[in-house]
Amino acid sequence: MCEENSFHGNFGPVQFDVLKEIGNIGAGHAATSLSTLLNEKIEMHVPGVEIVDFDEVMELAGGADKEVVSIYQRIGGDAPGSMFFVLTPPHADRFVQRLTGTPQGETGAEIDPEMSISALQELGNILSGAYLTALSDFTKLDLSPTVPFLAQDLVGAILSVGLIELSQVSDQAIVIKTSLMEGEGDQKEFIEGQFFLFPDPLSYKKIFTAMGVLHGD
Amino acid sequence: MVIKTKQVIRVGIGDMNIASSPDTIRTSGLGSCVGIILYDDVKKTAGLAHIMLPDSTLAKKQGMKRAKYADTAIYDLVHALKDIGISTYRLKAKIAGGAQMFQLSSSNDMMRIGPRNIEAVKSILLSFRIPIMAEDVGGTTGRTIEFDPASCELHIRSVNKREKVI
Repeated sequence: MCEENSFHGNFGPVQFDVLKEIGNIGAGHAATSLSTLLNEKIEMHVPGVEIVDFDEVMELAGGADKEVVSIYQRIGGDAPGSMFFVLTPPHADRFVQRLTGTPQGETGAEIDPEMSISALQELGNILSGAYLTALSDFTKLDLSPTVPFLAQDLVGAILSVGLIELSQVSDQAIVIKTSLMEGEGDQKEFIEGQFFLFPDPLSYKKIFTAMGVLHGD
Repeated sequence: MVIKTKQVIRVGIGDMNIASSPDTIRTSGLGSCVGIILYDDVKKTAGLAHIMLPDSTLAKKQGMKRAKYADTAIYDLVHALKDIGISTYRLKAKIAGGAQMFQLSSSNDMMRIGPRNIEAVKSILLSFRIPIMAEDVGGTTGRTIEFDPASCELHIRSVNKREKVI
């Protein structure tokens, strides 16, 4: 169908399931770590795997123009790629309030910005560390994390960083997206964030080989 | 007489388009990507390309979107404008983008893509003898840009900054 401009013409349902499972396991572990950290129940959304145009990648995260707080981590090792944890600025503030013990409802304006940045960096460390460890255990691939980076900027500007590698071989991206949510009942969406995983083009073959589901060639 | 309502023409990532007054043309969320506007201030028409990579020889496969690369995007934009009667010698350029979103100390050259995109765009414009009238490039923040072919003003919006007009 799209052989001429994509690297994933030979993806079947089995490969999609594997990628879904990767998102599932990674975010599942991240949810558990966050749950321990905040001493709250964290729920995880059913993961989605989609092949979309670059513009649609941005739409999945709320639109290229939307302002978000994002933790970006480059993955090294056997299957390099880029990983993002994306949350809205109000959700990021709420997280900082929870972690630093600032009372709820007091707008959060009093939080020391440096404290806020280090709390979010810690969030990044914990979530991406848990996600990667789970992936590594699941695939038996060596996936080494690099230092996570924090940015508050436009979705398009942030996520395009993860599309650069990909854009050399394709006009489309495979998005492995999972959401975390804290709280129950009325408290739902208290803290919500999304993971985006973009394996580098060559990493798919390695992941599928490791999982014994390499298609065709 | 038909009164034309003003529209905003949107250009996606790795894409290009053309707009004429009273319409404006806009692209969102430029990070390391560069937005290139080529315009004719008499005919009040402008083309915008949102490029991701400096050079189409980086393509590891054939048949991908040409507007993704600085060289093929500028070439195609110049020719698309020529097709609607705008000579290349009338064109002027404004450019924005090419930020480094994350300060990675990585040896990975792809992480320096912002500065490389800017360099490529400038040298290609020079080869077409299209003068750059204004630019807002580099830095570490994303940009959303909108060009008005009537005033030839480029509006630049960034997070936590006041809107800039160049």
